[in-house]
Amino acid sequence: MIKKKKRELQAKLKELMTLADRDRIDISEEISKLREKISGGEDPLARTWATVQLARHSDRPTTLDLINRVADCFLELHGDRAFSDDPALVGGIGMLDGIPVTFLGHQKGRNLKENIKRNYGMAHPEGYRKALRLARQAEKFGRPIITFIDTPGAYPGIASEERGIGEAIARNLKVFSTLTTPIICVIVGEGGSGGALGIGVGDQVFILENAVYSVISPEGCASILLKDAGKARDAAHLLKLTAPDLFRFGVIDGIIPEPAGGAQNDLLATAAAIKERLRKELSVLRRIPISQLLKSRGKRLQNFGEFRETARAPEERTANKFLARLRETVISRFPS
Amino acid sequence: MKLNRLSRYLPFHFRRRKAPRKEVPFPAKERGIVKKRHQCPFCHRHIEGGELERNLFVCPDCSHHFQLTPWERIRFLIDPGSFQETEKGIASLNPIDFPGYDDKIRRMMNITGLDEAVITGIGSINGKKTALAVMSFQFMGGSMGSVVGEKIARIMLTGVGRNLPVIIFTASGGARMQEGIFSLMQMAKTSHAAARLEEAGIPLFIVLTDPTMGGVTASFAMLGDVTLAEPGALIGFAGPRVIEGTIKQKLPESFQRSEFLLKKGFIDLIVERKELRPTLSYLIETHSRGGIR
Ligand SMILES: [Zn+2]
Repeated sequence: MIKKKKRELQAKLKELMTLADRDRIDISEEISKLREKISGGEDPLARTWATVQLARHSDRPTTLDLINRVADCFLELHGDRAFSDDPALVGGIGMLDGIPVTFLGHQKGRNLKENIKRNYGMAHPEGYRKALRLARQAEKFGRPIITFIDTPGAYPGIASEERGIGEAIARNLKVFSTLTTPIICVIVGEGGSGGALGIGVGDQVFILENAVYSVISPEGCASILLKDAGKARDAAHLLKLTAPDLFRFGVIDGIIPEPAGGAQNDLLATAAAIKERLRKELSVLRRIPISQLLKSRGKRLQNFGEFRETARAPEERTANKFLARLRETVISRFPS
Repeated sequence: MKLNRLSRYLPFHFRRRKAPRKEVPFPAKERGIVKKRHQCPFCHRHIEGGELERNLFVCPDCSHHFQLTPWERIRFLIDPGSFQETEKGIASLNPIDFPGYDDKIRRMMNITGLDEAVITGIGSINGKKTALAVMSFQFMGGSMGSVVGEKIARIMLTGVGRNLPVIIFTASGGARMQEGIFSLMQMAKTSHAAARLEEAGIPLFIVLTDPTMGGVTASFAMLGDVTLAEPGALIGFAGPRVIEGTIKQKLPESFQRSEFLLKKGFIDLIVERKELRPTLSYLIETHSRGGIR
């Protein structure tokens, strides 16, 4: 199957190169990305990096692209009623199969001009406070909430700190965790850290096949832990930020497939796949009584984390640890 | 215990790390964290260790607040002999197989004598019982992984279960990157526990100490009913160096300090270390008188 995909990609590469040659346009970036993707078939490190590239692809469908195709109709609402309206985080009311739902999502731009307006999808506190206002509105009128996550992270700037970006995200985590309406989150591109989680607490969390979700960007992790900003590829691999890893960890409830080569190749098919999944999940979630929904949401949140627990006395633990280490040493010194 | 005597003859890494906590309720200095002589990083005055400790690790000249170990914090705050540690048996795994993480944890345990970056328990302040969590910046920068998240969430739920106010002293560089997505999820977990406290009408008091950053700021640290901070503590979401890298200019020294947050409206009060005990005692009292509850 991988071989078939590789052949497909190679054909596409050839086509692109002839096109570029004929029309004299510079698509060297696309070509190098495709090349990377082809080689990614073999090397897991390159494969992870190719996924990161796809998640950040400039032609990847944005939140508004998706909302407009997933919803039958959509009305965007603005402002946090306290400071301003943040174009990097959008929200509003849509209809999905005849049910009113509230959509929230980070909004990236498609080109430089749009990205300057949208701040590359990096929201300020007012963005998260708008999301909170619209979420409470949804709760009041019993509308399910659907969030689309696609951000490198909350904006790390002076204004952001001055207006309490930490407080804004924290407040959302707390309120969303007990909001009395169903919440479905979909990571559609980059799920960057606290800025992603700020609209990422829900009953069901899905991810697109080539989207990523991580506590820190590969670049950030590389410069802090690997002491070399150039080792982003290695860091991406170590962070285990791809859909299959996240699914294996139980952080994600399902992976939504993308069209061949990535979501940027077919917006309609991507939106259709998301809609299909949302429809199915909504019909289930809407039938669960709210008290039960909140109980399982709370349980889901409290279950996050991997640790080991020994209820025994510390002395005994130390003794056991010692014995375990002794066993390890013996085994390593005298194999078999 | 036999193991103790035996361990003397073993290579260093096999030896017992510390005396059991039962016998020494407040071991702090023996960790080697407290030096004999300190230099204040602000006024550069040399201060003798004993004098500094008597002054609660606050510079007598410029009142710079030195970072404390959690056991020192507990000793300064809680009525002597009243503290009972909870959730001791929780230990870290390496959930995403991050290279070197197990070793790092083991090394930090040896250096700090702590199991993890937070101590939780129940104790009294002026005879008033409270649930307490104290984070340690000395243990991997106080970063929040699965164990820290679990212990913080549990102490809050203990507050719900036993109808006790909850006090949390934060000190953290943020999420623990070595645990990947699991560390991010601790933000959601601890915030949900704070929501449970709210539902139960139990007060949550946060004391922000130097430094409190990243995922801790963006979760339970900003969810207190009353939020206090020690003077001059660095508190924020993005680290100053990250922001400097984004905006390509140098930030003023006062940026993201307690005084800055007070001015911007994100904390209730800056409290000097020696005033923390009476202030928290007052808060516990004023939050338990009933009102409409
Ligand atoms: Zn000084």
